[in-house]
Amino acid sequence: MHGVEGFMYPNEMELQWSILIVLYPYITGLVAGAFILASLERVFNVAAVKPTYRLALLTALAFLIVAPMPLQMHLGHPERSWEMYVTPHTTSAMAMFGFVYLWYLMAVLVLEIWFDYRKELVLTWRASTGLKRQFYGILTLWSDNISPEALAFDHKIGGILTVVGIPSAFMLHGYVGFIFGSIKANPWWSTPLMPVVFLFSAIVSGIAAVMLIYMVTSKLRKTTIDMLCVDTIAKYLYYAFIVDFTLEMLDLIHRLYVADESLMALDFMVKTKLFVSQIVIQIILGTLVPLLLLASVQFMRWSAGTRKAIYSVAGALIMIGIFAMRWNVVIGGQLFSKSFLGYTTYKLEFATKEGLLPAIIFLILPFLILWALVKILPPWTDARPHAGDIRNGSTTGA
Amino acid sequence: MSADATPDRREFLKDSGKWILLTGAATLAWDYVVQGAPEQAPNYNATDHWWGMIIDIEKCIGCGNCVRACKAENGVPMTDDAFRTWVERYTILPDEPDKPIVESPNGGYDGFLDLKQHDGAKVFFVPKLCNHCAHSPCVQVCPVGATFESPDGVVLVDKTRCLGCRYCVQACPYGCRYIDPRTETVDKCTLCYHRITKGQTTACCEVCPTGARQLVDLKNPKDPVHEFMRTHMVHVLKPQMATGAKVYYNALDGAVR
Repeated sequence: MHGVEGFMYPNEMELQWSILIVLYPYITGLVAGAFILASLERVFNVAAVKPTYRLALLTALAFLIVAPMPLQMHLGHPERSWEMYVTPHTTSAMAMFGFVYLWYLMAVLVLEIWFDYRKELVLTWRASTGLKRQFYGILTLWSDNISPEALAFDHKIGGILTVVGIPSAFMLHGYVGFIFGSIKANPWWSTPLMPVVFLFSAIVSGIAAVMLIYMVTSKLRKTTIDMLCVDTIAKYLYYAFIVDFTLEMLDLIHRLYVADESLMALDFMVKTKLFVSQIVIQIILGTLVPLLLLASVQFMRWSAGTRKAIYSVAGALIMIGIFAMRWNVVIGGQLFSKSFLGYTTYKLEFATKEGLLPAIIFLILPFLILWALVKILPPWTDARPHAGDIRNGSTTGA
Repeated sequence: MSADATPDRREFLKDSGKWILLTGAATLAWDYVVQGAPEQAPNYNATDHWWGMIIDIEKCIGCGNCVRACKAENGVPMTDDAFRTWVERYTILPDEPDKPIVESPNGGYDGFLDLKQHDGAKVFFVPKLCNHCAHSPCVQVCPVGATFESPDGVVLVDKTRCLGCRYCVQACPYGCRYIDPRTETVDKCTLCYHRITKGQTTACCEVCPTGARQLVDLKNPKDPVHEFMRTHMVHVLKPQMATGAKVYYNALDGAVR
């Protein structure tokens, strides 16, 4: 009846955490990864990735806005979630979510975007009329000082914020890994490697996402793709992916070699219930194939067209592979009994509160938000307004 | 004022009689309700107690009385995936000591069907419940402190605070928690807190025909638990989890998970 094989404790038959909880690490991972890519330009002076700097920040913001939504939807009592802010339980990793999230959203991302866009915001404010003028007035917080000194100050603050932002992005996603890694009752989750693995897979998925978004938007805007930019992104993607893959393999090999009491259950699961999502999708299609594709670019001389095709395919496979990785952690960790004597089945529903439909909506929503953000705050380097040329219309984008 | 608007004396007496009866009944009912709250149990001092349980595997006959009593006493959903206590039957074949066959059909609520014949098999029952751990992983992870350890060592849930995030369900190594679909909050064994604070034992211990389950107060020097622990080989479930479990099993086989 419950799709159980062997023995489960009676209370274990239904899975507690659904596909919505799979989305949570997936989406926050994209946020952290996109931000790390943005900081490459800002902190590490990788000038080649500049065309994606602002796009990466806006992508991070769009996904960050959506990140808590599936969590909220999953709660039995969403109306009580504010209690995590007012009466947090200090020993609970989950209680820190609100604070880590708010810190990252308000203190890092929104501030950095604001300082970076301040000049354009002021120029658009000055150049527009009516409601639009009111709107941009609010966005500038009615501060219209764009003197060289003020802009230099903005730039300095922006740099500081990025430096603060990198450990914050690490914290945002490392923390998500800790949520799972600290559950000693569950051997599938309980490893100190979990936050690190989560972090590197986050960097990989975020970089891949921004690379894809940049290529797609360039296509849509009919502008040429800056090949130096995507080549550089792909190079960093390749490096991050090697670290990520190494860590995941370390985890796997460690489990196989140590072979503790949980191995029988986990080994069986990977060979049966998780075979497709773990072995086929995550490891073969989502990791080995894109790694080989990215490696080929490093060692072969492909034409620009071929490289674009390779990046598109590798990026898409990575996005799917990392989703599968989140799935295998969250869902996989609940398929076996804590008695290690049996297995249950996850029944994914469609149009229910925690079904596939809301999950799809939560995955589309960030792109709609990103579209709106791009309209309000155009990130394109080729469309930046000049002080003497503010009425040419390209600054508004709307 | 017209004559028919004046209440008839008989009607008046009937109505007021009804009210007196109803309020009287309500007062009685209310007294009964508040008696369950520990602050309304005037002679109960939480810091004087440290509750736990002893389960004697050798005495359990797998009748399921405890499961039925618990569901009835505590209003546990009558489904087969929600239990505050349940009973497992272990069958261990002589040549496979580390591969037990475990069953718990409907949590043992209906007792157990006859055993398939296994030559030389070792068969025993293991009643399970919340271990009321002194270092509860479930309490540690609750983001709002809705689940907590009482001063007398009982792990409880405040259903008016529980978010229904289910982190505690993931954190419990013993599978003792479930989500009550009626309230969308977590539920678990309370060690019949409404009873033990009034000097009664738990529902499961009350109905156990063989005395396999015994509520014990580890802080009470006169409690027979001390003698029992001294003279028996007791064990807790999953000691490697270091949760400070306070349900002590006598004659627990190493195969039990």
